[in-house]
Amino acid sequence: MNSILSIVYILSVVSFIVGLRMMNQPSSSRAGNQWAGAGMIAAILATLLMYRNEAGQGLQNQIWIIGGLAVGTVIGLVVSKKIQMTAMPEMVSLLNGLGGASAALISIVELMKLAENGFIVGMTADTQSGVPAYVSGGTMSILFSGLILGGITFSGSMVAWGKLSGRINDFGFKGQHIINLIILATSILISAWMTINIETTPAYWIIVIAILGLLYGVFFTTPVGGADMPVVISLLNSFSGLSAATSGFLYDNKVILVGGILVGAAGTILTVLMCKAMNRSLINVLMGSFGGSSADAGPGAQGTVKEISKSDAAVVLSYAQKVIIVPGYGLAVAQAQHACHELEKLLEAKGVQVTYAIHPVAGRMPGHMNVLLAEADVSYDNLIEMDQANKDFESTDVVLIMGANDVVNPAAKTNPSSPIYGMPILDVSTAKTIFVNKRSMKPGYAGIENELFFHPKTSMIFGDGKKMLQELINEVRNLD
Amino acid sequence: MNWLIANESMIYILIMVIFLGFAVINKVPSVLHTPLMSHANAISGVVIIGAMIVMGQVEADNYLALGLGLLAVVTGMVNVVGGFAVTDRMLHMFKKKEAPKAEK
Repeated sequence: MNSILSIVYILSVVSFIVGLRMMNQPSSSRAGNQWAGAGMIAAILATLLMYRNEAGQGLQNQIWIIGGLAVGTVIGLVVSKKIQMTAMPEMVSLLNGLGGASAALISIVELMKLAENGFIVGMTADTQSGVPAYVSGGTMSILFSGLILGGITFSGSMVAWGKLSGRINDFGFKGQHIINLIILATSILISAWMTINIETTPAYWIIVIAILGLLYGVFFTTPVGGADMPVVISLLNSFSGLSAATSGFLYDNKVILVGGILVGAAGTILTVLMCKAMNRSLINVLMGSFGGSSADAGPGAQGTVKEISKSDAAVVLSYAQKVIIVPGYGLAVAQAQHACHELEKLLEAKGVQVTYAIHPVAGRMPGHMNVLLAEADVSYDNLIEMDQANKDFESTDVVLIMGANDVVNPAAKTNPSSPIYGMPILDVSTAKTIFVNKRSMKPGYAGIENELFFHPKTSMIFGDGKKMLQELINEVRNLD
Repeated sequence: MNWLIANESMIYILIMVIFLGFAVINKVPSVLHTPLMSHANAISGVVIIGAMIVMGQVEADNYLALGLGLLAVVTGMVNVVGGFAVTDRMLHMFKKKEAPKAEK
């Protein structure tokens, strides 16, 4: 291997690690992303120009490769410029799926090449008669891992993308996770069987394995309820890294290996964080038995619901000292983040202290609310994480809940039969007054009634989030 | 077993990078969870290098393999470019900070 190529690869690895490290702080994160991006571009260009295989041959079909790189670059740039910030969960899923597709395709092409020669890669050295040497079990395992993981990442991410953009509805049937397990186990068993009986196995089994991987990806994401999406997206992110890492082994390439494994680790950490935030075990997640079917949530809360007019709400907000806004997915759906920020500024001008309490799984992907509010210019200093927020509620005059439901549901603390029992919540009931904006009394995504809406301190403000906020803003203005 | 011996150093790297990854990323605040995911996602596009290598070794008349390889290169590159660009856009938003608020 060319020594310049080695140097570039080493620097790329360093840029990935340093880049990820810099993601630990908002102030350095952008530079970190740029460093890693530069490292990636350098590694790609160096590979194009300087890669040599064991026989000392450079890359053939350069026109094709350059064409592919150019097309990919243009699509990537256009899509990333055009995409709405609110569509970020879909975008991340889509890109994630493409990475998985790439890994799976690499395995397919490599397997095709091997199959053409009947999986014979040379002659064994110890026999003069020339007994054919078959491809090693290790290589086959790696190829199949890449194929299955890449397939799951691709189809799973595509389903996630479809669900997040509202194109695909939740779909599940009884015993689905058992079928999921059977699918996954079958694909692994066929892979193992093929690896062991490499001399005699027909090559078309490769296609069967690929299809099983794709099927598993579809089946394990379709039943997932929207509230559980952050877990799935993080997990798929982790899979995309692992599927990439298989190519590192295949080509004895450390950049791919390190990059892939780092992503695998990042995805795993996020998955664990999301699981913790929802009080779900990772096994539970891997089984594919998500809470999508938790509609049988026991007896619903009963009682009377108080409603408050916007003008009254405006008065209460204006004369409060401390207001905390709790955003949820409803805020994203209503595209009300700008109106939210406007209200915040208006109240602050009146001397009200306004902050936002962010639950780790509010929204459809990890950190969804933060991105949404950042888009509306809300300073991240005003975003409070759950533990701090739960301390702050006691001294808060008004909590305004914007389209959040399950993350503030007291049933998670009080009702052991509730599907969300044990999930850490934003305990808003210690605040003096609670305003809840909802479109209707429909239960949240998990299908669970929320006692909070019947709480004596709670007043409902019905209506579309954005419209309601705008009317509220006008009312607050009229007070002057 | 030959495969294990041939890939011994790779396996060492694998193990160390797993621990390194957990150590490096562990303290990311939840404000940055989405950019982290999107950034990591872009890095997973490093598989593009594998796609280029596979493409560069396909025989020039094997159109099926060429087509599949091309698809791998394109999807990988969209992942890389789109991933880094979108993360940059997101983080740019985070940078726009306003004057210190009343909370201080």
